[in-house]
Amino acid sequence: MKLTETFQLALKNILSSKVRALLTMLGIIIGVGAVIIIVGLGNGLKNYMTESFESMGTNLLTVNLMGRGNSSSRTVSIDDMYQLVYDNPEYLAAVSPTVSVSGTVKVGTETLSSTTVSGVGEDYDDMNRNGIASGRFIQFIDIDKYKKVCVVGSYISNEYFSGNAVGETLKINGTKYTIVGVLDEVASSEEGDSDDVIYLPYSVAQKISYTGRVSSYTFEVASDDVVSDAKTLIEDKLYSVYGSENYYRVTSMSEILDTMTSMVNIVVLVLSAIAAISLVVGGIGIMNIMLVSVSERTKEIGIRKSLGAKQRNILTQFVIEAATTSAMGGLLGIAFGFIVSEVATRVIASMTEYDITVAPSIDSVLLAFGISASIGVLFGYLPAKKAAKLNPIDALRYE
Amino acid sequence: MEQTPMEQTPLIEFKDIHKIYTIGDTELHVVDGVSFKIYKGEFVAIVGQSGSGKSTCMNIIGCLDKPSTGAYYLSGEDVSDMNDDALAEVRNKMIGFVFQQYNLLPKLTVKENVEVSMQYAGVSKKERTERSLKVLERVGLSTKLKSHPNQLSGGQQQRVSIARALAGDPSVILADEPTGALDSKTGIRVLELLQELHREGNTIVLITHDNAIAKKAERMIRLEDGKVVFDDAAEHYVHEERDDEGEEEDDE
Repeated sequence: MKLTETFQLALKNILSSKVRALLTMLGIIIGVGAVIIIVGLGNGLKNYMTESFESMGTNLLTVNLMGRGNSSSRTVSIDDMYQLVYDNPEYLAAVSPTVSVSGTVKVGTETLSSTTVSGVGEDYDDMNRNGIASGRFIQFIDIDKYKKVCVVGSYISNEYFSGNAVGETLKINGTKYTIVGVLDEVASSEEGDSDDVIYLPYSVAQKISYTGRVSSYTFEVASDDVVSDAKTLIEDKLYSVYGSENYYRVTSMSEILDTMTSMVNIVVLVLSAIAAISLVVGGIGIMNIMLVSVSERTKEIGIRKSLGAKQRNILTQFVIEAATTSAMGGLLGIAFGFIVSEVATRVIASMTEYDITVAPSIDSVLLAFGISASIGVLFGYLPAKKAAKLNPIDALRYE
Repeated sequence: MEQTPMEQTPLIEFKDIHKIYTIGDTELHVVDGVSFKIYKGEFVAIVGQSGSGKSTCMNIIGCLDKPSTGAYYLSGEDVSDMNDDALAEVRNKMIGFVFQQYNLLPKLTVKENVEVSMQYAGVSKKERTERSLKVLERVGLSTKLKSHPNQLSGGQQQRVSIARALAGDPSVILADEPTGALDSKTGIRVLELLQELHREGNTIVLITHDNAIAKKAERMIRLEDGKVVFDDAAEHYVHEERDDEGEEEDDE
C-alpha cells in the first residue's frame, strides 16, 4: 500500500469524527500556539531593544563617576577626558560630559514637569546621531563663554512654540535661556519621552546643578571593532586616578544590549520549555485516543489482515494517522499562534506606549511543526504496534 | 473437470493436521488428524456441527491460523511454518474470503472495499479500477460503486464481499457460512452465484453446518469431533435422519 494512500486513509478517518479529532489535537494546538507566541514575543522584545539602542548609538561608552565622596578632590577633570580622546584617535572619536540638572522649567507661566534637562558638550548631538531640525546645536563658544542658551527637543518646540522655538526663551530655575536650536524628532514627540528634553552648555549646567560635578561622560568609539579596547583604555585612565574600580563604571551600549538580549533569550527558552510540556501532554492525549481507536477498530484490523495486510501495513496506517492528527494540530496551532500574535501586537500598541511587534519566527514555526509531527509518530507508535500485533482470528471475531 | 486429479499437484493438501488447545491440564484436540486434498476447480463443502473442528480447519486453510502438528501444502508449498507476514502475503495472493457477516469496511464505498486487497498487493490504481469494475459487474452491482455498505441489503453486501474475494484473482474462494446471515431466498441466490463462479473455473471451499447447503457443492467433507467421517461426492452422502432443526447454530 502506497504511503499517499495510507495518508488519504488517515485523513478520511480523522475527518469522519471531527469533534473527537479536534479535542485530540487540542493539547498540540495549545502547545504549538504557545511556543510560537512566546518566541514571537521574545523576538519583538529583542527587536524593540535593538532599535532603541541603535537609535542611541551602539558605539557609545558611558562613564559614570561615583567619586570617592564629596570631600575628596581626587577626580578627573573635563580636560583630562578631552585629552584622552585627543591622545587616542584610533580608539576614541569624541567625548561629551553629561551634567544632570534638576530644576523647574517654565515657558511663560507654564511649568514643564517631565522635561529632562542636561548639560552636554558640543559633540553630543552628533555622537547620538541626532539631527537639528532648525537653528544650531550648542557650540564650544557657548560653553566657553557660559552663554545662557539651550537646544530643545521637538516636543517642546511643537507643544509650546508651535514649531518655531528658535529665538524664543524659556526659564530654568528662574533664569532665562534663549533657544538656539530644535532637535529632530527621535521618539514620538510625547511628554516625557526623548523629544521632551533641553540641552544646555555643560559649563552652564555645572553652575546650576546641585553638586557642580560632572557625574558622567559619553564617549564615541572610533569604530565598532574597538569598543572593548576603548573601554579598557578609559578604565585604565580612571584606575590611575581613583586607584580602585569601585568609584567609576564604564558601560558600553552594545554590552548592555547583549546582556539584555541574552536575558530575553533565557526567559523565552524557559517559557518555551514550559509551553512544550503541553506538547507532551498533547502527545499523551493522542496516544490515549489512538489506543481507544485501535480497540474500536479491532474488527477493521482483522478484516484488513484477512485481506493480506502485513503487520507493517497496519503499523504504518496507525502511525500515520497519529502523525497526521498531530501535524494537523500543529498547523492549527501555528494558525492560532499567528492570530494571537497579531492581536497581541495591536493590544500592546494600544494599551502601552511601546511599539512591540510580536513577530513569530520561521524557525519557531518549523520547529513547532516538526515537534508536533514527531510527537504523533512517537506516541502513535505504541497503539499502532498493538494494532499490528493483533491475531487476525481474534480480531475478526471481535464485535 | 474431466482431468485425472492424481496427476496434478493438489491446490490444498492437509497431511495429518492436528490443532490442540491446552486449557488448564486438559488438551483439547479440536482438529485430530485431518488429511484431505482439494484440487483446482473443485467445489468442496466442509460440513460439520458446532465443535466439529470445521472453523479451525477453515482458519488453517485460510492461513489465519497454523496447525499444531502436521503439514499444510498450498499449491505445493508448505505454509504451516510461515511467519505472520508471509502468511499475510499468502492470504493476499491466494485466498479470497467470504464471511458470514460480510465483514465489509463501513467507512469505505463498495468500490473501495473491493480494492482493499489489491491495495495491499500493490496493484496500480488504474488496474484496480478496471478489476473492481469487472468483478462488481460480475456480481451485478455495477450501479452501487459509490454506495456504502450500510446502504445495501444483506444479499447485496454478501455479493460485494464475493466481488472483493474475486478481485485479487485468488486460487481459492473460502466461504464461511456465506448464507448464515441471509434469508433463505437470498441465501439460495448467493449459493447460485457461487455455483456459477465454480462453473467459470474458480475453486471454492464452502464451510457450513447445514447439510442442505453442503449438498449444493460437488464434494462434501464431513467432520465430526475433529475427524473426517465422510469425504466423497456430495450426492453420495446419505442423510442420516437426524433432527437438524435442533442443531445448535454455529456462527464460527
